[in-house]
Amino acid sequence: MLLKELPQQVANGIFQGAIYALFAVGYALIFGVLDVLNLAHAAIFTWGALMAWWLMAVVLAPLPVALLLAALGAGLLGLVLDRLAFAPLRRRAAPHLSPLISSLAMATILQGLAFGFFGADVHTYPATTLSSGVFTLGSVVIGWVQLLVLIVAVALMLLLRWLIEATRYGRAVRAIAENPRAAQILGINVERAIGQTFFLASALGGVAGVLYGLTFNSAVFSMGEPVELRGLAIIILGGMGSIPGAVIGGFALALVEVFSVSFLASQYRDAIAFAVLFLVLVLRPTGLLGRYRLREA
Amino acid sequence: MISITRLPRRTVLGALATLALTACGGAVSGGAGSSTVTASVALTTAAATTASAPTSTSAATSSSAAAVSTTTTSAAATSATVSSAATSSAATSSAATASGTGIKIGAVFTTTGANAAYGLSQTNATKLAVEDLNKAGGIGGAPLELLYQDDAGDPKQALTVYQTLIQSNKVPAIIGPTLSSSAVTADPIAQQGKVAVLAVSNTGDGVTTIGDFIFRDSLSEAQVLPVTVKTVVDKLSVTKAAIIYGNDNAFTVSGYKAMKDALTKNNVQILTEETFASGDVDFSAQLTKIKGLNPQAIFVSALLPEATRILDTARNKLQIPVSVQIVGGNGLNTPQLIKNVGKAAEGVIVGAAWNIASDVALSKAFVAAYKAKYNADPDQFAAQAYAGVSILADAVKRAGTNPTGDTIRQALMTSKLETVLGAFSFTSGRDANQAPVIQIIKNSTFAIFS
Repeated sequence: MLLKELPQQVANGIFQGAIYALFAVGYALIFGVLDVLNLAHAAIFTWGALMAWWLMAVVLAPLPVALLLAALGAGLLGLVLDRLAFAPLRRRAAPHLSPLISSLAMATILQGLAFGFFGADVHTYPATTLSSGVFTLGSVVIGWVQLLVLIVAVALMLLLRWLIEATRYGRAVRAIAENPRAAQILGINVERAIGQTFFLASALGGVAGVLYGLTFNSAVFSMGEPVELRGLAIIILGGMGSIPGAVIGGFALALVEVFSVSFLASQYRDAIAFAVLFLVLVLRPTGLLGRYRLREA
Repeated sequence: MISITRLPRRTVLGALATLALTACGGAVSGGAGSSTVTASVALTTAAATTASAPTSTSAATSSSAAAVSTTTTSAAATSATVSSAATSSAATSSAATASGTGIKIGAVFTTTGANAAYGLSQTNATKLAVEDLNKAGGIGGAPLELLYQDDAGDPKQALTVYQTLIQSNKVPAIIGPTLSSSAVTADPIAQQGKVAVLAVSNTGDGVTTIGDFIFRDSLSEAQVLPVTVKTVVDKLSVTKAAIIYGNDNAFTVSGYKAMKDALTKNNVQILTEETFASGDVDFSAQLTKIKGLNPQAIFVSALLPEATRILDTARNKLQIPVSVQIVGGNGLNTPQLIKNVGKAAEGVIVGAAWNIASDVALSKAFVAAYKAKYNADPDQFAAQAYAGVSILADAVKRAGTNPTGDTIRQALMTSKLETVLGAFSFTSGRDANQAPVIQIIKNSTFAIFS
């Protein structure tokens, strides 16, 4: 490991971490409010990337429009997901594992639909002024796409923080997270707040998909698979349901991955990443920020 | 308060277990691709739809018609049937399907998925080869018909389609599969069932060693890479190099071993060996490390999707200068790579068994015919697939009136014929007996490096 490449490796980790974090906050948001893991989150991430590709390559929409519409589409997909996979089980007060299984079913269906609509081919985004431009900052080479990804990801995470801390929706969601029954008694429309949460979390997941697709200039129906496992690792690392935890976990996992390649060997990248996760769980079973919850988010 | 205690860690474990299930689910949904072979072929060769569509239809229907025994074939075919069938490939195929007098051989290529570029090229070339062959009278009077199957680049799916071809269609021989990883998994059942296999693009280790029924007309990485490495080292006086390879795939691992051996033999210092997994998209950490070590050349053992990302990251994102030579294995030997990354592919050096500029007469005719039919340049995968049909047809002809896997195998052992690859024969180890050419990508085409 040479010190002169350290800044570049840190930059690599930060850009990768921004996407991981954005993906994981959606995961964490739903877990924080509903106490269920939404395993279809990675499928929505895939759909976000593919919808943006379709808008840019087929409809020839400019990037900002494609990003916005893909976020909207992913959010609506999240609403549908809630109606089909979660709401019926909530009404019947099903045990905890049931929504996990029904979301797994939705994940398979959504991935299958993506395969049906977009095929198995790897799609590349049409060339924009952004796609291949780079600039140098000292010895660090940074792509304009990467910079855009970082800005969008951080902006969205700040927006989410504001939504949860300072809005009526945020108060409702925090109350539901605390105690859904009490929230209902106090006059909060629980179903509506849950729907809004699914929309928000899925829109964030969809945007993460678009950003991931743009960064690596590829969108394919199976792109959610590697992110799904990492997303789960991140929210466990950060503390289940903790949004700041998911953000920290996302950056931490990406940096651990990058450093295990540069200090050790790339063969051990995943092994090291998951060994760190294991260690954190042994030392702090609740994750890094496990004691603080959505309430403090 | 959302508490971890209320939702015990068991849920987390359950989630991890179900994730394993999701991975299987992904494989299954990928598997659905097998039935879409002909459709996707027809789409991608849109320019040639009129020519290829009838053939693909008959290929699709033939799986049902395949109950007709294939072993009682060629003697029954009269010259009258052939000459009337010779007018067009569509007529030939349908005649064969209807009467059951054609010789049916399996063809397993990767025509969907991330590595589809290789298999689509092979499908186009074999269709052209069968058409040319049947126009010239078929095999001793009987038309040849290929039963196409897609393995989507997935070894498990390759196994399934092999079983279909061997058990249901009872083919005596199979051309393919596209990828070495599929060959290593599926070829053993052909060996067991005494079905001859002619690989036309497998370049990894451990393919022809599976058994005496497995042949290949493609030069292996172990045959090509030593020549590639020696040429690069001698011409560019390379003394320090880095390697990056996929460590979870039979082909990319074979390529890595051959690269490492050849570099060591030529006294080149290997600064680092970096790895990745199939499906990875982020190579910035590995390539940043390589860049920091200042190698004169980077040796890449990868398949198309990963090679695409590696070139894009190295040249565009990390701005590794062109003076750092990128040298690849057979996975980089496709015009699709140039299409994918454009200028970033300039200067890439790849060893090959065939180059489009070859002055072999049959090769020139093949390039012209392929261009006329598909409106695109053939690549090495196309040339080797075309040669594969010629080699197999020649062997079937010499295998007698009732060709079986075993008689075809014996005939293949003594193959000696002119093909688009030049004069062709097999080594005693059933590998191709041929000298490689070293190519460099210049002005977006594969030129001969010298």
